[in-house]
Amino acid sequence: MSGPGSSGGGGLGEGDQRPDAHLASLLEDSTEDLYENAPCGYLSTLPDGQIARVNATLLSWLGYTRGELVGHRYFSDLLTAGGRLYHETHFAPLLAMQGEIGGVALELLAADGSRLPVLVNSAVKTSAAGEPLLIRTTIVDATDRRAYERELLRARREADLERERLQLLVTTLQRTLLPPELPDVPGLETAAYYHAASRDEVGGDFYDLFALARDRWGLFLGDVCGKGAAAAAVTSQIRYTLRAAAVYDPDPATVLGTLNSALRRDYERNGGRFCTAAFGVLTPSTDGFDLSFASGGHPAPLLLRADGTADYQEIGGGPFLGVIDDAVFSSTTIRLGAGDTFLQYTDGLTEARTGNGRDRYGDQALQAFAAGIAPATAATAINAISALLEGLGNGLDDDVAVLALSVPPSPGDSDGRPRLVDGERP
Amino acid sequence: MVTGPEDGPVVMLAHGFGCDQNLWRLVAPTLAKDFRMVLFDHVGAGRSDLSAWQAERYATLDGYADDVLRICRELELRHVVFVGHSVSAMIGVLAAIREPGRFSKLILVGPSPCYIDDDGYRGGFSRADIDELLDSLDSNYLGWSAAMAPVIMGNPERPELAEELASSFCRTDPAIARAFARTTFLSDNRADLPKVTVPTLILQCSRDAIAPAEVGAFVHAAIPGSALVTLTATGHCPQLSAPDATLAAIASFVCGPP
Repeated sequence: MSGPGSSGGGGLGEGDQRPDAHLASLLEDSTEDLYENAPCGYLSTLPDGQIARVNATLLSWLGYTRGELVGHRYFSDLLTAGGRLYHETHFAPLLAMQGEIGGVALELLAADGSRLPVLVNSAVKTSAAGEPLLIRTTIVDATDRRAYERELLRARREADLERERLQLLVTTLQRTLLPPELPDVPGLETAAYYHAASRDEVGGDFYDLFALARDRWGLFLGDVCGKGAAAAAVTSQIRYTLRAAAVYDPDPATVLGTLNSALRRDYERNGGRFCTAAFGVLTPSTDGFDLSFASGGHPAPLLLRADGTADYQEIGGGPFLGVIDDAVFSSTTIRLGAGDTFLQYTDGLTEARTGNGRDRYGDQALQAFAAGIAPATAATAINAISALLEGLGNGLDDDVAVLALSVPPSPGDSDGRPRLVDGERP
Repeated sequence: MVTGPEDGPVVMLAHGFGCDQNLWRLVAPTLAKDFRMVLFDHVGAGRSDLSAWQAERYATLDGYADDVLRICRELELRHVVFVGHSVSAMIGVLAAIREPGRFSKLILVGPSPCYIDDDGYRGGFSRADIDELLDSLDSNYLGWSAAMAPVIMGNPERPELAEELASSFCRTDPAIARAFARTTFLSDNRADLPKVTVPTLILQCSRDAIAPAEVGAFVHAAIPGSALVTLTATGHCPQLSAPDATLAAIASFVCGPP
């Protein structure tokens, strides 16, 4: 506060006496009046809770006379039954141990039975020897605050409910985009794994395995850019396009070409979404299966051989689907012999972060991992990969889809190693 | 926590609803001069492993009694003098009925076998009173105003928020505290009292809003051969409000005739 005459000279001047005089003129010269009519309730009790002194503010809030409370009632008598239980089990023990306690929400009972929501702070006054003499308590009217808290709680509960509904919707929608279970392919073991990065958004990864004819099966696996409802709608379109295109002409390169055209046609409506996808057609061969296969921008599949090696399969490949018109894809045939396992995955697996840094899991690590588990059945490969993903913990921040196909090993294989024969599907 | 002479009589202190083993801080150090003291936090309270808490297991006092017996087995405790405060008095009763051979004596501090008034029985509270407590704990209208913050923010990824706001003593997870309150105040163990065969002392406070004198008298009458000592103490926690008298009563019963 600067007096009207201060000239900024820096030294002590005659104006320095003025603030005190000014404060005195406020007439706050009676601590008794300040106590009695403070804008909060004051209550002093003996250590056992018996009311020893109370101010006029609290008396007027509660509608009691001083004589009704002082020497006759205990602090806990002013509380609701629930408040008394809380007082005895929490408030009093903590006050005794800590010497003070603050910010406790309670309700006081007024003389007319009405309830006053309050915030209570208490401190123990001790003698020089440390013996508790009194408990001093200030009480603040918290009616408005309690109303805000109730409203916040209500909003919070509503938000929780909405989130639950959203997650249910997401789970249901996700389920419709993945096969409920893989079909039986005689002479082939199949297994799949799906990890959704978020419970609040539908993932953009997808896969399928389906019968095209009595001895021919189609399979695909891919990744739509983006997540959520809009990406899910595109995923749905991709699924039925791939399934329908394969019935019309099962050549994988042609199927991907058809999908590319469909995505280009709806490019604007789909919000400029594109995808990567791998498509294959399985037909039985003399000692296993032939897999005619094509890829559009998708990571190369791995083949885990019966001899314990694992290699990426060179696929002719092609561009991302839905990016350029008249994209060209090429089909390659992969032969799956006894004991071989074909593994196709989405890049959430190889792009997962490892360790604390920004290092990615990577293609080399995956190949080494695959070689480590080879030879493997589809089920053991999927189990190993799901354990691997679990181990990556928070580093795994994208969706992951993995599809594994394995031809059961035949007894007495060329490498001469003894091998368990996994039962063929009936 | 185990303290005190290894060859001393084993005295196990069990805290009640609302706090943790800190509640014994004014009496435990003195008792530890003569007795082998075993202190613990019930699962969900104090420094216990919160992940060990299961809603179903701790929906009845049997789950807590089972924990007491597990501690005894784990530490290979025999001839245990079990001192249970508040709800832990009934937890001790249940444990002593299940394995009477494990315990030499029971000391029940402020026990209540049933908090709610019933036909001819006065527990001190109506069902409506208890419902009010549970409702207000459910909504956090009662108690720590600060406890509202984690409830509203409710961010399980940031448990440190709740941690910072909680008191340094008697830390309790609000959700677990609500469940414990339900288990505690809706329990009715009146029918179990006559099954107690272990010598039992009831420590009653002269003015206790939670376990009134007539409830202490009920427990005394129902447990065969039990002793009742009334402490001149206000409130439900004589170990805090009258530590010396509590200490003396515990020590003389532990050292008294079996």
